[in-house]
This record gives sequence, structure tokens and C-alpha cells, in this order.
Amino acid sequence: MLLALIRRFGQMIFVMFGISILVFLIFFATPGADPASRIAGRNASPETIEAVRKSFGFDQPIWVQYYIMMKKLFITQDLTSFVNRGWKVIPAVIDTIPVTLSLVIGAAVLWVIFGMLFGILAAATRGSIIDKLLIAFGLVGCAMPVYWLGEVMNLFSQSRYHDTWLFSWVPPLGYKPLSEDPEGWFLTLIIPWITLAILYIGLYGRVLRANLIEAMQEDYIRTARAKGLSETRVLLRHALRTSLISFVTLFGLDFGALVGGAALLTEVVFGLQGVGKLTYDALQNLDLPVIMTTVIYASFFVVLANALVDVVYILLDPRVRSA
Amino acid sequence: MLEVKDLRISFRTEHGRVRAVDGVSFDVAQSEILGVVGESGSGKTISLMAVMGLINDPNAVIEGSIKLRGRELIGLSQRQMRGLRGREIAMIFQDPMTAMTPVYTIGWQIAEQIRAHEKIGRRAAFARAVDLLAEVNIPNPKEAIHRYPHQLSGGMRQRAVIAMALSCHPALLIADEPTTALDVTVQAQILDLIRKLRRDHKSAVVFITHDMGVIAEMADRVMVMYSGRIVERGTKAEILLEPRHPYTKALLDSIPPLEGEKPKRLRSIPGSPPSLFDLPKGCSFAPRCPWRFERCAEKPALEGGKHAAACFLKAAS
Repeated sequence: MLLALIRRFGQMIFVMFGISILVFLIFFATPGADPASRIAGRNASPETIEAVRKSFGFDQPIWVQYYIMMKKLFITQDLTSFVNRGWKVIPAVIDTIPVTLSLVIGAAVLWVIFGMLFGILAAATRGSIIDKLLIAFGLVGCAMPVYWLGEVMNLFSQSRYHDTWLFSWVPPLGYKPLSEDPEGWFLTLIIPWITLAILYIGLYGRVLRANLIEAMQEDYIRTARAKGLSETRVLLRHALRTSLISFVTLFGLDFGALVGGAALLTEVVFGLQGVGKLTYDALQNLDLPVIMTTVIYASFFVVLANALVDVVYILLDPRVRSA
Repeated sequence: MLEVKDLRISFRTEHGRVRAVDGVSFDVAQSEILGVVGESGSGKTISLMAVMGLINDPNAVIEGSIKLRGRELIGLSQRQMRGLRGREIAMIFQDPMTAMTPVYTIGWQIAEQIRAHEKIGRRAAFARAVDLLAEVNIPNPKEAIHRYPHQLSGGMRQRAVIAMALSCHPALLIADEPTTALDVTVQAQILDLIRKLRRDHKSAVVFITHDMGVIAEMADRVMVMYSGRIVERGTKAEILLEPRHPYTKALLDSIPPLEGEKPKRLRSIPGSPPSLFDLPKGCSFAPRCPWRFERCAEKPALEGGKHAAACFLKAAS
């Protein structure tokens, strides 16, 4: 089991290395465009372009360029934005990470708990009114776009009903660091969490329901019943564990993507300066170093999340351990 | 031990009621093995699933009487049935590959059953699991309890399933084709094991199979089922040596002889079992029966005392 874990993390490092090369090539070795002038930004003076060329080593062979780039990214961490003169990119990205992590982790806790409750309840009451209502609510949740739902939430909690007992606790939009103001952090994030989670609760609940219903047809469920176990125990101990595998897979993909910037819409709507928002702003003024950093960061997070999913597989299913 | 009287099981469907089991009666005594033979869809498995109380289909209608040690099982609540399942009645299923939950060790699964029925600690339950695995001849049982089902061979898995079924010393063991999915050599070992357990635990065993060879090995008494009814019952010798019902005869004819000249082609029964949606009015085997005559348009009753057959031929002859 330990060996499987080590192997999995070794693979992860290897994949990350590959991604860094690929991203580097896309940004700096695309034929037909001068990376120096692109990094320097629009209307840059010839001196700036020359400075960029020198600083990134664009007059040297490509592997040296890769080495300089990786050094600037990971070791000296002094990658500078030329569009926003002298702005250090790495600290800027690092500053946004807690915001995005706070948003996504909180939402993930909500959607995992309620997604599981939804799936289990719907599977246990399959075909009944409760099941049908849950499916209908789940569908509505999936169908509401986050930017619309977020704005509606804001409309209610920030303006229309802000002065009523219901929403008077809601602080103004923006992010408060957990270390400085834990209560403010929690209160500002409650509504973004719910907004982001609603989409996934419906989705995950339906996936789990389908998997549970399939698992309940298995032979070992019949054996479990023949052993004289209660229906609850059969469902929770025997069917659920084998059904969680696709739930976990889905979770790894979504969580990685969201932390990597896919929570952009939620971040914009709620005025949170997260990774998604940073990438979005960098795209607006073509700030190449920032875009590249966030792309690498995002892909690393997807890879890491997938490695963690595999670890959870190993814990969930003993058949994977020996493989 | 077990007394089943006039068991009728039917399902409500879009096309009306379908009768899967029609008036089946049988009994099994302590340390007796009753063999139940019949082809797929003859109602053998579903009759015994009814004994287990494992028919969950909300459209199923079960009538008649099932008595275990004099206690009526039909009409018991789910909770009461749960207390009996696994403790008084245990069942072994056909395919050991899929019969155990893949994500728990076999020791955990055996201990789970013991702890579902007895107030006993975790350690004690695991210790019992080790003893049970030793009893079914699993080598090195102390290590084996930590194995997952996928780490065992088919034969070993079926032994573990049997050990689990025996964990609470059931009065009645139902074995639903427990050897069908196994190699022939392993089959013989499993059959030996079930016979030994019957001797040691004095359990009654109902052995479902479609293999007459296994019946010859195992059963004390035999009942032959066809399309939801018993067509013949008697002792093993009576059924194997002097079958009375044409269906039993046909089943026996379809086994290749061990000695003497081998037939060029194995005898088979022409046609296929009738659809439950469209059962013939009279004897349901009549359309495939080479000896059918006018009276077969009526329903024959199971008559003849100990060795009984539901056929008009013996009366006519």
C-alpha cells in the first residue's frame, strides 16, 4: 500500500514536470511571435523589449530559457509583470490562493455533505415522492447559472432585504482573511459557499443515487440481507462504500478545476480577489507572466487533486491496493 | 424443522398476475438434505427466497404457510424476519465471486454477521471467525481472516461464504447451486464439506441444483419442480431409479451413461419451458411430453403418498 502511494506521487511529479515544459513551449516557443514584445505589453518602448529579452534570456538556447523561467517561477520567485510595471507575480498569485481555497473548500464541504445526504436519501426512498422531489430540486440546482444565482443572492442579501432580520448579518462583499477576522471570514463566505455548492449538490446527489441503486442489485447485497443485517446497514456499510468511487472521481476533477480558477464567476460576482479573478484580469490586459503562472498553478492543482483521488481510491477499495 | 404448505407466489404485472410458484408443499427434517431439482424458471430459487423472506418486490404476493420449528414465517415483520435470517436460516448463493462485499475482509464480514445476532465483542467475534474458517478447511485461518474476497480463489471464497452462513449455527441451511460456478474437483470438496457440516451441526439442508449428479451425491430426498409446481417427489433412490414423471425421466435421460455404449447424441427434452404468462391449462409439461393423452388437458394432482408424482400416466397404466 505504501509502495502504491509512493509510486502515485512519483507519477505526479513526473506529470507536473511535463506540464511545465508544455506550458513553457506554448507561451514562449510558439513560432511567429516574439515572446519578448508580448511580455512587454502593448505600446512598449524598444528599451523595455530589449530589457525583457535580456531578463528572460530570449537570446539564448531554448533549454536555457526554460531553466531561467523555472528559476524565476520556483526558486528566486522574482518573475515580474511588465504590463503592471514592476509587479511581482508570484506574491500576487500566492495572495489570491487563500481566497480561492477558502471559497472552494467551504463549498466542497457543503456539496459533499449535502450531495451524499441527497444521494442516500433518494436511493433509500427510490420511486417515492421524496425521491422525485429531490431529483427535481437537484435539476433546478444544476440549471441555475452561478453568476445569475450569485447576483440574485446579492440582490436579496445586500440590497432588497438587507435591513430585515433575515439578512442583516450579511457583511458587505469582499474577502476578510481568516487569520485576522475569523468571524468576518465566515460570514462573508457563507453566501458564496451556498451559491457555488448548489450546482454541485444536485449533480453529485444524482450520481450517487444512480450508483447506489446499481450497487443494491449486486449479489453481495443479497448476501448482506441474508445475513440478517438491517436495511440501513446494508445501504450504508455495503452499498455506499462501493458506490463512492465515481463520487470521489468526480470530486477530484471538479475540486482541482475550481481551485485552479474555474470558480472565476463566483469570485467576480462576490468581489473575491481569487485565482480566477487574477487570471481574468491578466487576460484582460494580456499580462503574459501572470497568465503563465496561473496556468501552471492551475494545472498543478488538477494533478495534485487527481493524485489525492487515487489515494482515496486506495483507501476505499482494497482491490486497487495490490495493482 | 421446516414445513412449507401450499406456497403460492405471484407477481402483479402490467399483463395481470403471474404465478411463479403454484401450491408447493414440502418439509425438511433435522440433518436431512432435501434436493430441489428443476431448470431455470421452475420456481425453485424463488420458493426458498420466500422462506428466507428475501422477496422484496412490492408487487409480489406470497400466500400459504411456511413454518420453521412450528413458527409461522409468513406475516412476520421485517424486523422479526431479520432476527431469523442468518441466525436460524442461512443461505449460500451460487456465485462465490460476487457473494461477498469486495471492500471488507472476510473476517470482518463473518464477524459482522455474528455481531448482528449475538451480544459479543469484536475480538470474540473475530476469534469465532478464525474457528469457522478452520472448520471449513481454509488453510492458515488466522491470516485468512485478514484477506479480502478478491485475494481468495473461487473454492476458498465459497468456503468462506459457507463459514459465514454457519456462523450462528443455523437450523436450516439453504444452498442455491453452491457448486455451479466452481471447478469439478473443487465441487467435490465443497459437497464433502456440506455433508460433513450437516453431520456436525445437525442442520437441515435444502440443496437447490439442476445437476442430477449432485443430487445423487447429496440428497436424502428429492423434489422435482417444473414451471412453479412440484411434479415428483420421493427418496433419492426412488427418483433416480424408478422415476414416475416423464419430466424426471427426461432429466435423467439427458445425463450421459458412465458405462456401456455412449449414445451418439445426448437426449434432450424437446421444446422449452412454458412462459409463466401463458401456462397451459392442464399439465404444464404436456406440450413437451412424448406420452401425453387426452387427460393431460386437466391439471394432475401430486398423488401417491411418499413417492408422489403429478401425472395421470401411472393411474392409467
